Amino acid sequence: MEIIEILFGILAFLAIFSALMVVVSKNPVHSVLWLIVTFFAISGHYILLNAQFLAIVNIIVYAGAIMVLFLFVIMLINLNRETAPQKNRWLKMAGGVAGGCLLLVLVAAFKEVGMAEKQKAVVNVGDIGLIKSLGKELFTKYLVPFEISSVLFLSAMVGAVVIGKKE
Amino acid sequence: MIDWWFLLEKTILIAGIIGLSFFIAMYTTYAERKVAAWLQDRRGPNRAGPFGIFQPLADGGKLFFKEEIIPLASNRFLFVLGPALAMITALITSSVIPWAAPFTTKGGTQIPMQVADVNMGILLVFSFVSVGVYGIMIGGWASNNKFSLMAAVRGASQMVSYELPMGMSLIAVLMMTGSLQMSTIVSYQAEHGWNIWYQPLGFLIFFICALAECNRTPFDLPEAENELNFGYHQEYSSMKLGFYLFAEYINMFISSAIMATLFFGGYDIPFVKEELWGLSPFWLTVISFGVFMAKISFFLFVFLWIRWTIPRFRYDQLMNLGWKKLIPLALINMVITAAVILYFKK
Amino acid sequence: MQLTNRAKQVDRKPMTFLESIYLWNIMKGMGITISHLFKKKATINYPEQTRSFSKVFRGLHVLNRDAEGRENCTACGLCAVACPAEAITMEGAERLPGEEHLYREEKYAAKYEINMLRCIFCGLCEEACPKDAIYLSQTFAPANYGRKGFIYKKEELLIPHPVNEPEAYKKALGEKVNN
Repeated sequence: MEIIEILFGILAFLAIFSALMVVVSKNPVHSVLWLIVTFFAISGHYILLNAQFLAIVNIIVYAGAIMVLFLFVIMLINLNRETAPQKNRWLKMAGGVAGGCLLLVLVAAFKEVGMAEKQKAVVNVGDIGLIKSLGKELFTKYLVPFEISSVLFLSAMVGAVVIGKKE
Repeated sequence: MIDWWFLLEKTILIAGIIGLSFFIAMYTTYAERKVAAWLQDRRGPNRAGPFGIFQPLADGGKLFFKEEIIPLASNRFLFVLGPALAMITALITSSVIPWAAPFTTKGGTQIPMQVADVNMGILLVFSFVSVGVYGIMIGGWASNNKFSLMAAVRGASQMVSYELPMGMSLIAVLMMTGSLQMSTIVSYQAEHGWNIWYQPLGFLIFFICALAECNRTPFDLPEAENELNFGYHQEYSSMKLGFYLFAEYINMFISSAIMATLFFGGYDIPFVKEELWGLSPFWLTVISFGVFMAKISFFLFVFLWIRWTIPRFRYDQLMNLGWKKLIPLALINMVITAAVILYFKK
Repeated sequence: MQLTNRAKQVDRKPMTFLESIYLWNIMKGMGITISHLFKKKATINYPEQTRSFSKVFRGLHVLNRDAEGRENCTACGLCAVACPAEAITMEGAERLPGEEHLYREEKYAAKYEINMLRCIFCGLCEEACPKDAIYLSQTFAPANYGRKGFIYKKEELLIPHPVNEPEAYKKALGEKVNN
């Protein structure tokens, strides 16, 4: 077995296992921590695909910033068994149906694309994930969407400041 | 399939760097006490060994033999994980720093004195700095103490807010060098002169943010025992507390190394052209390493010097400084740098 | 009412922009601290070096002997009466024939105790003594683990014999002039 295959196996197992643990854990703080592990495993996959920039940005933005906010909120409201909301049986069933539908759609979509044999992930080659080529693509081919999305972020920031400001 | 020599070389390098980090961190605790004493007209520790040089060993031994207390209602696993995470993230950032000029063997192959010369160099550092928040948050939460939790939230938001101006001040540097790779940044500076001459404001912002990231005075709110009832490590004792404190010193060491690399030419020997010496590559590597360590020691001294000069900020002052002063300053610095670069390119 | 002329009016002006960056004042402060790096250290390396006492320092008590090594004390009790802290206790005894080389006069102190926890080292006992039998030396009472250790008996208080142990006697005498 190639060393990359071993690494892939470990990372894939870790990603799926920790993603399952996010759902299964009783304690919401544990869920968040497992989600962070998931992000790290996915970053590992990015590195295997030679997309270093994506891997690092995934860690900075998701594991480093967004999950910190998640953790903030969950730690401060301090959920435990007594304060957990009562789970309605109908609500549970509705959740099951909705999740099942999503799974069905995903499976159908992948089957339609037919990525089983034709397209294999190329490991450790290509430079599309490196910062230079990514930057070139973003600032030439996709300049307008890029700038529009940055305006969106700016307006979100301004909105947050306006809401957060005391009257 | 596996390049065993490569593996061996890197293993030795990693072991060396981790050992070095521990050693320097140990003696930074000693230097802290000595410098504190000198700046206050005292002598400092001088009982353990000549000039007290075994003091860090005595301190470490003391921490090891202290009683270990794990709060009954705490989350045991996370309680232990907290300090471990703090330590790991502190150590891992050292992997992308070039410690010395690459060593050329007789065969002509170059052995870089750097664990991983990755494309993303400085971004990797940032990602692990941002992950370092978890050591604080998990530790504070798992203690199951409201004061620890509040301190954890305080510490984490401090780190998150100071990461922003830190990154922005860096963007100006990166625009000049045009690369995120640490080795390229160093060689660029060796050619064009150190970044500090072009980016004094950027360095100042970076330095202030480094102080805040390392929880050093004047941003050392976790140490504020009297006014804030201590920081996130309130419930910790024995070596777990030691890990938190030690991780702080390793962070200081690493951030000094990063400042030296980004703004002060890294291992570049100032005022001379190394090629004209005709030295053997071995000695060149050794000397450049020495120069790099001298730069780091200077920054470490400044860290200590500031600690015994400035009183600590109040929390609202800290946030004001970060969000209302440093971020606009960093943005202005970034825009001016971009404009100047554009002007010279035309 | 003004006690000193060093009083300063508190300045409540809002900070200027330059002040609010703190930088200049921080630089000034750092200049002050670095100058202390080169100043003389105020510490005395205690066990190796000791601070010199003044000549009139009042430390631990010493029960004196005369030049032939006989105890001066006659157990008259004047020191105990003079003591404001009531730290001194004693019991007198009559000198027997054959003990002339031990005690200078016919009466002597069989028991003599000073409680160093009560003593305030005022030196009134020294002033009260008509026989020059007690004086306060230039050392102070060392630390101890128990209260009992602070009650000094005659063995601890008595000065070394001037004939048998002249060295120790000289040392214990210190800068006091024996007359």
